[in-house]
Amino acid sequence: MDHNTTKPAAASDHGAAHGEGVQHPLNVYLWIWLLLFVVSGFSYMVDYFQLHGMLRWTLIIVFMLVKAGFIIAIFMHMAWERLALKLAILVPPLALLVLIGMMAIEGEHTFLTRLTSFVR
Amino acid sequence: MTDQSATVPEGLQGVTADMSSDRQSFPVPWGKAMMWIFLLSDTFIFSCFLVGYMNVRMSTLETWPNPSHVFALHVGGVDVPLLLIAIMTFVLITSSGTMALAVNYGYRRNRKVTAALMFATAFLGVMFVSMQAFEWTKLIVDEGVRPWSNPMGAPQFGSVFFMVTGFHGLHVSCGVIYLSVVAIRVLNGFYERKGTYETVEVAGLYWHFVDLVWVFIFAFFYLW
Repeated sequence: MDHNTTKPAAASDHGAAHGEGVQHPLNVYLWIWLLLFVVSGFSYMVDYFQLHGMLRWTLIIVFMLVKAGFIIAIFMHMAWERLALKLAILVPPLALLVLIGMMAIEGEHTFLTRLTSFVR
Repeated sequence: MTDQSATVPEGLQGVTADMSSDRQSFPVPWGKAMMWIFLLSDTFIFSCFLVGYMNVRMSTLETWPNPSHVFALHVGGVDVPLLLIAIMTFVLITSSGTMALAVNYGYRRNRKVTAALMFATAFLGVMFVSMQAFEWTKLIVDEGVRPWSNPMGAPQFGSVFFMVTGFHGLHVSCGVIYLSVVAIRVLNGFYERKGTYETVEVAGLYWHFVDLVWVFIFAFFYLW
């Protein structure tokens, strides 16, 4: 019974994968392309107008994530993949947050150690 | 067999079905699944570089050179901050767009347009690497930046710069070769005989990833 519901999935999904490019009209790509240009322009403006502090960092991160999201979802077709593949590829990088956290603590520690040992 | 799409479970139930049934978990061409897994591993490599960069930038006692000034270009009597980097960014995004269109035309089985768009993508990649070579030359020869020292501030700046942009440039160069090979095969009808153009999409995945990595390098190294 189980086989009946799952096995055709392979067949029909392969069909979908082959027809995939045909199903997306070119418009989608052209719009995303334009959007990436505009958002890249915005992130360059952040530097051009010499914004500083929290505003600068927030804008950099926001524009970066918007661009990354659209590239992955549309250009790399992730939006049309099955959830199993999405999870397999997108969840593991979250482990990097742990690495970032640990290395930030370590970097701060090294900085303070250097400050107490090497300055004056 | 073909009209069963209505029975394919979606969402989390679909995940369970895909992962637990006695067949391959990801119903995509294996080349695509393998490319995704390679890109996942590459994500970790680049992340290690960027996290290492964060670590040395946080821990140095000397001031970090201001990339906005270091990478400024002197145009028309004024210093425009990050100009070359901005142009490189736009070149790479343009190449990503032509690649996305190439994949689309591949599935339409339009060989000439697909190959033309892929060659355009490869050409833009060459342009990107050339501008990077110009940037490296400017920094090494004119500004005296070395992996172990530089006149602007923290010595770690040089090592991070050469490591991160060098590794990314290597990826772009490999991508240019990869895309050219696939484009030639599109032209000579290799994929027509094979009956599928999914290799174009797989090559596209790699190229978009190179663009994706640049988005992060641009944000963290050049803008931060």
